[in-house]
Amino acid sequence: MSELAATASTTATAATPTSRPATVLQIFLEFLIIGATSFGGGVVAYLRNGLVNKRAWLDDKGFVELLSISQSLPGLNSTNMAILIGDRLCGLPGAVAGIIGMCLPGGLLMLAVGMVYHQHGDHALATAALKGVAAAAVGLILATAVQLGKRSLEHTADAVFVVVTVLGVNRLHQSVLTVLVTVGLIATLWYRPRKTQNGANR
Amino acid sequence: MKEIPALIRVFAYLSLLTVGGGMAAFPEMKILTVEVHHWLTFPQLVHLYSVGQMAPGPNMMMIVSIGEWAAGILGAIVVVIAFFGPTSLLTLTVGRLWKRLEKWPWRKSIQEGLAPVSIGLLLAGCFTFARGAVTSLDTATIAVGTLLILLKYKINPALLVLAAAIIGGLSF
Repeated sequence: MSELAATASTTATAATPTSRPATVLQIFLEFLIIGATSFGGGVVAYLRNGLVNKRAWLDDKGFVELLSISQSLPGLNSTNMAILIGDRLCGLPGAVAGIIGMCLPGGLLMLAVGMVYHQHGDHALATAALKGVAAAAVGLILATAVQLGKRSLEHTADAVFVVVTVLGVNRLHQSVLTVLVTVGLIATLWYRPRKTQNGANR
Repeated sequence: MKEIPALIRVFAYLSLLTVGGGMAAFPEMKILTVEVHHWLTFPQLVHLYSVGQMAPGPNMMMIVSIGEWAAGILGAIVVVIAFFGPTSLLTLTVGRLWKRLEKWPWRKSIQEGLAPVSIGLLLAGCFTFARGAVTSLDTATIAVGTLLILLKYKINPALLVLAAAIIGGLSF
């Protein structure tokens, strides 16, 4: 897979046994389908199913690598993945096709929802139903936080960084940017490169 | 039309805060869209955000609604470009440099350091959001119930949110 980045624009020759060439139109359509069907969050699972299993445009190892890039940069996982995968398959046109396909269905839907809500949102029934939806969303977001925490928090220090971040935003009322940069910098320095053999054991 | 420059500024700024997901930017989104620019009220923001969780695709497409309310269709388009443009360019660049960055020793440090911070920002966003969403015993019950069901069973969250909408509609 070492030729991935270098040959992004010459996909026909870049194809390895595990990755098939894709056209810009195919990329747009595949992301459009995923963008229109990925109800209930967890877009990453839909992406993996569509692009690795169904289309075989990249293998699982490549997918996980791109996911780790997506997760460590600002931007949503789903759209960052569309950019990275589109770029690897077809260069810049592929990246643009990927993100437009990804955003178009949900964007049009929310445009329509927003217009309807703006006119009828103050109806008693709508307000009552939305109250339920918003409460469920809190549970959904907390569940995501718990699942993420189980997967990626390994050290005691991680728990401290989580708590300090929450307190910084919610109690000390610092801007998200200030907290992100300050705690992010401290945490990065905490995990700074070390020359020991077993650097993972702290 | 006069809101367009402010929409671009606000949503380009918010996009840079979305480390680990859109919720990270929520506290700032509340301050800027509700308190500073008055494009919508806090309950409206909470409602749009939660409906946006049900929509397919990226879970932040509710920004389109804010853009449309503030400045029509043009506002909606501008908001999408401002919100996804800067981070997409950054991702494209880093993705292409990744082969070189992979061996950079600080890369792992940054990833390890940002993991807890992004979870902290997700929680902080969630608590800000909850102040507008969990306002009674009924809503608290729905929130906790949804959390417990999701942790215990593999079920599409959209179905639970839909169920909560029906319960809300029937009982409030």
